[in-house]
Amino acid sequence: MRLRLHGKRLRVIAQLTVIVMAATAFAPAAAPADEATVTIDNFTFAPQVLTVKAGTTIKWTNVDDIPHTVTSSTRGQFRSTALDTGDSFSFTFRDVGTFEYFCSLHPHMTATIKVEGTVGKAGSGADAVH
Amino acid sequence: MNERDQQGHGVSRRKVLECMTWAGTGVLWTIAGGVPRSLGLVDAALAAEPAGLTFLQISDSHIGFDKPANPNAIGTLEAAVGRIATLPVKPSFMIHTGDITHLSKEKEFDDAQRIISQAGLDTHYVPGEHDVIDEDVKLYRERHGKNAEGAGWYSFDQDGVHFIALVNVVHLKAGGLGLLGEDQLKWLADDLSGRAASAPIVVFAHIPLWMVYRDWGWGTEDAAQALNLLKRFGSVTVLNGHIHQVMQKVEGNVTFHTAQSTAFPQPAPGTAPSPGPMKVADDRLRSLLGITEVTVTQGQQRLATIVDTPLQR
Repeated sequence: MRLRLHGKRLRVIAQLTVIVMAATAFAPAAAPADEATVTIDNFTFAPQVLTVKAGTTIKWTNVDDIPHTVTSSTRGQFRSTALDTGDSFSFTFRDVGTFEYFCSLHPHMTATIKVEGTVGKAGSGADAVH
Repeated sequence: MNERDQQGHGVSRRKVLECMTWAGTGVLWTIAGGVPRSLGLVDAALAAEPAGLTFLQISDSHIGFDKPANPNAIGTLEAAVGRIATLPVKPSFMIHTGDITHLSKEKEFDDAQRIISQAGLDTHYVPGEHDVIDEDVKLYRERHGKNAEGAGWYSFDQDGVHFIALVNVVHLKAGGLGLLGEDQLKWLADDLSGRAASAPIVVFAHIPLWMVYRDWGWGTEDAAQALNLLKRFGSVTVLNGHIHQVMQKVEGNVTFHTAQSTAFPQPAPGTAPSPGPMKVADDRLRSLLGITEVTVTQGQQRLATIVDTPLQR
């Protein structure tokens, strides 16, 4: 049992290392990224419309009693897994534009991220934190 | 239809409406050749002694849910299954109208199956949105969707009644509601073609197939197309879950009914800031959860008798 647990922990560390390395490889050489947060509660994304500078990492946290997802309305831009109470999902917006998203479990929940500025067009990266 | 017992029907509906804000049991269905009827309370149902096909509906067991609205969703599902054993008429089978699990986890599916199987009844499932959130909808498909079409729809016949299980919780679109989709509607048209209009039809799906409350997403985007295919049939009963309370509506030959949850109640439309789990006093919770029994009696005016039974009064 101890051995198996130990093995599992080692594997997790190995995976984390890969993620960190990947993040480092793709991170822009520029200044540290801005951060912003969206809270999911009462079947609502708050704020409904969030305006950020390009390069900002947005972190959604679900504090509702019911699981929700963060899913871009345009297929394939960004998509979290189901976030249970207390779970978070982060995504870095590098492209300028207006990004509509919704909860794929409760599609009447919709909101918007507006990304301003002229920083790089290198595409966006995502990492989900659970 | 023409000779509908207006008074009796009115009483039934009123009783349903009385219960609407808190409902959460199972629904006992009796199908009897005409329009479905809810007796509203289990005592009335027991008095009716239905003679026909009787089946049971349970819904929204949300195994895995552990928040204050009900920290013991396993216990209340067990209580619901326990109620089944006390029914005077053993149902022929059971349907589960989705949200079996809370987070589509393997253990949640396993726990639900272990408890539900104790009822000793064949159980026909449809998925709720909580059952399809694992990658590729693998777990639900493995357990309950093996012989189904597409995302899990199918039909079967029992005692002259045609049952149709529909899926309206996948590929949902931003700003939208429940969705059946083109493939499923095409399948439904094929499934119904050639059937006699006199054949009683029972349709079940997770999200209501009528617009209960758009602001909370309590409806199905393309339900009208499905209902259009069903309108030539003399008696259609539509059974749903999702909203964790009893509501009933009759429209032409179609009767719509939603079942209580076995896990936690949700507020009546528009009475709370959101449709999330409703916390009630502990000693009141089980009066808001329950099962539904349906009895179908052929050759009578009414198609179905529907009885919602709370776990506790």
